[in-house]
Amino acid sequence: MKRGDYVVKRVVFALITIFVAITLNFFLFRVLPGSAVTNIARVPHASPQLIHSLEREFGLDKPKWEQYLLYLDNLAHGNLGISFADQQPVSQHIRQDLANTIPMLSLGTVVAILMGLVSGVVAAWRRGGLGDYASSGVALFLYSFPTQWLGLMLLIFFAGLLPAGGMSNPFAFNQTYVQHLEDLLRHMILPSLTVALTLYGGYTLIVRSAMLETLGEDYVLTARAKGLSNWAVIRRHALRNAMLPTVTLIALGLGSIVGGFILVEVVFSWPGIGQAAYEAVVQRDYPMLQAVFLVLTISVVLFNLLADLLYLKLDPRVSE
Amino acid sequence: MSDVLPLQDPGLATEDPGAARASRGGSIWKLLRERPSALLGGSILIIFIVIALLSGWIEPYSTNQQVGPVFGHPSARHWLGLDDSGYDMVSLLIEGTKVSLIVGFAATLVSMVIGGGIGMISGYFGGGTDTFLMRVTDYFLVIPDIPLMMVLAALFGSSLFNIILVIGIILWTGTARVIRSQVKSLRERVYVKRARSLGAGNWRLITRHILPQVAPLLVANTVLTVAVAIFDETALSFLGLGDPSKVTWGSIIEHAFERSAVSAGAWWALVPAGVCVAILTIGCYLLGQAIEDALNPRLKVAHLTTRGFKVRPLVGREKGAS
Repeated sequence: MKRGDYVVKRVVFALITIFVAITLNFFLFRVLPGSAVTNIARVPHASPQLIHSLEREFGLDKPKWEQYLLYLDNLAHGNLGISFADQQPVSQHIRQDLANTIPMLSLGTVVAILMGLVSGVVAAWRRGGLGDYASSGVALFLYSFPTQWLGLMLLIFFAGLLPAGGMSNPFAFNQTYVQHLEDLLRHMILPSLTVALTLYGGYTLIVRSAMLETLGEDYVLTARAKGLSNWAVIRRHALRNAMLPTVTLIALGLGSIVGGFILVEVVFSWPGIGQAAYEAVVQRDYPMLQAVFLVLTISVVLFNLLADLLYLKLDPRVSE
Repeated sequence: MSDVLPLQDPGLATEDPGAARASRGGSIWKLLRERPSALLGGSILIIFIVIALLSGWIEPYSTNQQVGPVFGHPSARHWLGLDDSGYDMVSLLIEGTKVSLIVGFAATLVSMVIGGGIGMISGYFGGGTDTFLMRVTDYFLVIPDIPLMMVLAALFGSSLFNIILVIGIILWTGTARVIRSQVKSLRERVYVKRARSLGAGNWRLITRHILPQVAPLLVANTVLTVAVAIFDETALSFLGLGDPSKVTWGSIIEHAFERSAVSAGAWWALVPAGVCVAILTIGCYLLGQAIEDALNPRLKVAHLTTRGFKVRPLVGREKGAS
């Protein structure tokens, strides 16, 4: 069955990619000379005994391939190591961070996709007109500003109106559930809006060019000749087919969403996984950095896989 | 990927190098005349390059010395005000232009050498080499750029040289794919086959017959990648991984954030650097797209990926890999 083949192929590809990322992670942090773990054993004025016991603790006295197996074994048990910064297990930390990031990021992404769809369709429909120039121009500009800069500009514009950072008001207590939710949403607006604005530009350009492509097709001409309304032509014929390249490109851009939200979380001190990555870099907390990198890579790979499977649904031809 | 190349272009298909060069030179003028966006993009890029080249002469003040009050307002003496240590913003911006452009072009050079090389080998030799190299490219394409850059920069240290290297070894994937598909179809062209049957070796075929044909595409890719590299440098700087001894547009934004220019109301310490990045990015985008469109009418139907400026064909990306 061809359809099954396609799914198997994509899943295998995703698994191999994850494995490559895991291995890359190991090599980057442990094998390269002067890398993170070797540095630990170089404590100033350390006695040979201390160095030796440190090496034993991190398994550095074993041959590299054994270290690698040990590392895989630990990963398989969900053990990502102990943070240098607070001596807590990294996995626990990361779970909380992910839980904080996901709502903010999803809100921003969904808003960006909706806005991008609308303005991309408008721009393509009014090609060469004022609507096209306006929405493509705005999109190109938003696309070109550095993410962190856009975030800081929003901070300037909304100073005093909306909370500037964090996830909740630290001075509020005895809140009801509704009050708590309202507070959270108020804190979420600016970071989510920044995510939405940075993605919106790219999405508009993608949807616009995908729509331009389908609007020139014969079946759209046929649909118009049948006397369908503009709306029906767009929705049932042009946009549906334009979704194919759009989904591919959104999936390919996932890696850059990750880069973007790290910056956004740093600007608004949102206690998510991007902030964790930043702190890990600042404190040179390598186990944390390693774990964040792994978690982010795996999520991108999984979302790519999801997009590939969605693609199968949207366009059954891909399996042929 | 079933690329159809513009076979009808007589200037590019000719064997006589002189005629080919003349036609290419002519087509640049034609490009600029026919596409105002190319002219605009090119002018933006050239203006920034000139500013960078003249930076030593046109910086009004020193960039490592206090010349006025902290967060001084814009005035006749300091057009864009002063930053958190009383440095002149105009001078910092000019210095930043220089260093940011160096990072952008040098990182792009690294990525062009890797990506161009891999694309060339992959497309030219085909078969198992192609499959293997494209698989590797696919894996790298999926790994998110900025986290990998953070890891590399944190491990190797963040001198300017390392930053350039780190950005360069991450941006090559898109170039590799574009060049590969082009080379793959060039290899089958009649004039290449003819040269081969006349006894030309691989090296000669690649350097004399294929490289000149992909050169314009490489140029377009270079222009687009420069913008991405500068963009990535601002991100790395912002995450505390920039070279602390160098002034870049990224480090200016980072400084404004760290020293809370926002709450001090000193917009002038923040706004111009971001605007510079945006204008340069738009310039590169306009020029790069114009060159690409002019080169290959089929690429007009290709699309832009978010943030990557990678151009890829409409049909799924799997087909090309196997």
